[in-house]
Amino acid sequence: MSEAAVLERPIAPSGSHAPDMRLTSALLYLDDVQVTFDGYRALRGLSLTLDKGEMRAIIGPNGAGKTTMMDCITGKTRPDTGRIVFDGIVDLTKLDEPAIADLGIGRKFQKPTVFESHTVADNILLALKGPRAAFASLFGWRNRVEAEKIERLLTKVGLIEHRSRPAADLSHGQKQWLEIGMLLAQDPKLLLVDEPVAGMTDHETAETATLLREIAKDHAVVVIEHDMHFVRALQCRVSCLHEGSVLAEGSIDVVSADPKVVEVYLGR
Amino acid sequence: MSPPRASLVDTKGWIMLAAIAAACIAVPVFNLAVPEGSALHLPTYLVSLFGKYLAFALLAVALDLVWGYCGILSLGHGAFFGLGGYAMGMYLMRQIGPRGVYGNPILPDFMVFLNYKELPWYWLGFDWFPFAALMVLAVPGLLGFLFGWLAFRSRVTGVYLSIITQALTYALMLAFFRNDMGLGGNNGLTDFKDILGFPVQAQGVRVALFLATALALALGYLVARLMTVTAYGKILIAVRDAESRTRFLGYRPEHFKTLAFTVSAMMAGVAGALYVPQVGIINPGEFAPTNSIEAVIWVAVGGRGTLVGAALGAVLVNYAKTVLTGALPDAWLFGLGALFVLVTLFMPKGIVGTLVEHFGSRRAAAKLPPAPEIAPKLAEEGRG
Repeated sequence: MSEAAVLERPIAPSGSHAPDMRLTSALLYLDDVQVTFDGYRALRGLSLTLDKGEMRAIIGPNGAGKTTMMDCITGKTRPDTGRIVFDGIVDLTKLDEPAIADLGIGRKFQKPTVFESHTVADNILLALKGPRAAFASLFGWRNRVEAEKIERLLTKVGLIEHRSRPAADLSHGQKQWLEIGMLLAQDPKLLLVDEPVAGMTDHETAETATLLREIAKDHAVVVIEHDMHFVRALQCRVSCLHEGSVLAEGSIDVVSADPKVVEVYLGR
Repeated sequence: MSPPRASLVDTKGWIMLAAIAAACIAVPVFNLAVPEGSALHLPTYLVSLFGKYLAFALLAVALDLVWGYCGILSLGHGAFFGLGGYAMGMYLMRQIGPRGVYGNPILPDFMVFLNYKELPWYWLGFDWFPFAALMVLAVPGLLGFLFGWLAFRSRVTGVYLSIITQALTYALMLAFFRNDMGLGGNNGLTDFKDILGFPVQAQGVRVALFLATALALALGYLVARLMTVTAYGKILIAVRDAESRTRFLGYRPEHFKTLAFTVSAMMAGVAGALYVPQVGIINPGEFAPTNSIEAVIWVAVGGRGTLVGAALGAVLVNYAKTVLTGALPDAWLFGLGALFVLVTLFMPKGIVGTLVEHFGSRRAAAKLPPAPEIAPKLAEEGRG
């Protein structure tokens, strides 16, 4: 991690004599984040707080800035202004993708992105948490990973039968699960999951909700999803984004009853 | 249960190594042991011709390492081949000593002709073989490293990268054509006499050079295998297929690509160094972009992403070139172009890739990285 990313003036609460330099106790803190693409304002002063171990669902109409938000958190897009503070101490806007992944932020993409020519097991192997330098991978630990470690993860995401198949052969839903399995292998502090149930059957959707709830027991998770049944099944706080900022936040019942949310997103 | 690990040498690898070993026995026997009058005698010029094929095969393996496993379509690998060749050529020039036409004990003939008063600084040390051998690896390696580092860090990929590699070798060709470069200009380096104290034209030396090239090819193959069957190789393939995804796992693709590119450049340099004493000349023509493109065709014909296929493709295409340029000199380029088109259309996985598909069991096939299409993947995934 580069020094520059550590906040220059960590604001300790006044009067506190604890050596904790953290700006906030939140795991993730987005503060007035602005992003403009060719004049289009994708994020307009987005602010959001996620606590440690919290699961949060993000809903909102197309173009609300949901995916752009994830791009900013993971270093794919650099915000024009604003701060994104991780773990109370690191400004993510100063880091690139690998550095952010290294801090413990994992991401599942909207379109399932797995390594198609590798086997299912190898996809997990490459995701496993650990040193990722080029020389280390030539002779290092990743060449001696116990099969059981990978198989445990594959059992968890229901793909153990498919471990030796090329990932390209998996169905769309299975690829989604494999990507969730890769996230688990990364063992991040924060999982960003973009539309995990797109293209899944109702049965698969229900299973995915169960899986994510289980993951949320010991990880912080942010889930972007359009499927309101699924969001309800997650049983977590919901933020509704609209035109690049948070429109409403609260439990699913509060948010879905909010007249503004009904107006812009759910429809009357 | 442990998953089946890919072994360092697979079936097709053993076939290739066995073929190389057989050639290493057959060539000396038929050239040195069978008397010259016999119908079974292998003429020495053919020994060197085969040695040249094997040097090209090593270049092809080097190219396949970056193209087949890392998606870097280098249209400039001839640059590294040429640099390795020049390093060897400089050593061979220094070995001529006072036997040149002008009899200058220090300066090669072309320098005397161009009124050089003393040896340029970059020629120093090349009279000592270990130094020259080091330069054979170091010069292409350093160029490959610098080029790779700059290009990959700036995330230059696809056709743009291919065009830059092409420009690289073209720029080197123009530079080496200049007499001021101090490397023989247009004529290059030639009239070699000795290598390691032995006359370079001698029959035994020719056989030894062939054996050295065969050994280098086998070693180059093993190095490339080592780099592709390990976790490193799996990450390399992941970078080839979905580069930006690897970043979100915490990998730095530019490091992986730079390492592969550097090793590949060094292998190409060794190939060039072994090529030069066997053909007896190195000139700026070796940097011509067409040479690099021809190497890409060898790999495509043999089977991209198989290593063995690359070596086979190099040997077969060059054998065809020898036969065709002898029989119909004007037809060769058309033949080469037609070959590339036909292979791309009807055998996109190349010879070895197609054979593996036919004979390999499903399980064996699953272990191999499937040979990707020949056309470089241009579309980086969109914003997702």
